[in-house]
Amino acid sequence: MLTRRIIPCMDIRDGRIVKGVRFADLRDAGDPVERARLYEEQGADEIVILDVSATPEGRSAAVETVAAVRESLSLPLTVGGGVRTLSDAIRLLGAGADKVGVNTAAVKRPEVITEIADRAGSQCVVLAIDAARSVETPGMWEVVTRSGSHRTGLDVCEWARKGAQLGAGEILLTSFDQDGVGNGYDLELLGAVAGAVRVPVIASGGASSAKHMHAALRAGADAVLAASIFHDGVTGVRDIKLALREMGQEVRL
Amino acid sequence: MSGTTIGIVRTGVANTASVAAAFKRLGCDWEFVETARGVERAELLVLPGVGSFAAGMEAIGAQDLTSALRDRIAGGLPTLAICLGLQLLCATSEESPGVRGIGVFACEIERLGGEGVMLPQFGWNRVDAGPAAPMLRSGYAYYANSYGLRETPTGWISATTDYCGPFIAAIERGSVLACQFHPELSGAFGSSLLERWLVRAREAMPC
Repeated sequence: MLTRRIIPCMDIRDGRIVKGVRFADLRDAGDPVERARLYEEQGADEIVILDVSATPEGRSAAVETVAAVRESLSLPLTVGGGVRTLSDAIRLLGAGADKVGVNTAAVKRPEVITEIADRAGSQCVVLAIDAARSVETPGMWEVVTRSGSHRTGLDVCEWARKGAQLGAGEILLTSFDQDGVGNGYDLELLGAVAGAVRVPVIASGGASSAKHMHAALRAGADAVLAASIFHDGVTGVRDIKLALREMGQEVRL
Repeated sequence: MSGTTIGIVRTGVANTASVAAAFKRLGCDWEFVETARGVERAELLVLPGVGSFAAGMEAIGAQDLTSALRDRIAGGLPTLAICLGLQLLCATSEESPGVRGIGVFACEIERLGGEGVMLPQFGWNRVDAGPAAPMLRSGYAYYANSYGLRETPTGWISATTDYCGPFIAAIERGSVLACQFHPELSGAFGSSLLERWLVRAREAMPC
């Protein structure tokens, strides 16, 4: 039986891990190579790296970070942030990413999803969606881009469905409202998107306990991602997995 | 096993870096193999692969490697096929009707699951190996696939797994190993399997 994936996420800027609240107030949280190795030892199922560099120069540093992490990591590695074109994706896959995440660029030009999927396969393309609760329409979420500063008006469920049709093999769904807050994932959002697509949905944004992860998996998420709780050393991946198993989830230990 | 050079067939744009890194961690060098002669001559050869069956066969066909790969595996030379690499060894695939595979096995690759099943299967699933398997062991490995092999080819030893129905996790014969999962991404379970393959491959090589 397929087990539930627990995925530590590292936001990277200039070769260092950073972490913020609601995509802002970034602070240093360590070295990505050391951290990735630690998470693998603890039993992480996969690692996600998101490049949050503000400049294009930072982007080439991200390729170096990916290559350095890949050297010691024997887990699947997803890399996102600043992937605008097929050649950006190929550069990251060549450096050692197994999947690439596309976000803002795909909103602007959805064909980029198909271009990468055609060349590298759908299993290499993760559509990263940042979702914010709509102010005007309750029960609706809209896609936000540019680190949450731009509301697109695009309906998250519609966008997820379209992304999967275009060739995305997975959806990485981050709740902008919950990110870094630690009150748990947006369960309604997860339920809505998981109901709209047939590809796996990774829950992101807001987890601070195994209980939150259990709730997300029950709400329809296929896998759960978290950053702060692992970086801060509040809890380890293994402890989370033991707790999840107690709650009845299938995990790899 | 240091000093060993692994030849890696270029089947697409992805997966090579992860495979190369896994062998580097085990002390091996690696190089791309892009000719039929290279396929014949490589001491150890890896056929990786992600993406569609048709795209993989197109890459192999464009380099004119199909018959060299078939002969190499029929001859029992040390070879490791990963994920799509395993599927390419078969005759055909439901994924790409009309496309001929390398054809080491007469089998067809089938789509997994049934109505309402989430595909691709992404994540860690069981590998169940029998006690008689020389290289394969039971444990958890990382899979990313929508298609799979259902039956063990005659003369091969298999490990199985289950995703809405049983399918083949890996098969081995002599120093040829073909895995539906990704050993290079399967943590300690995967790297110990790669190590056993290296040991077995070295035993099979002429001194």
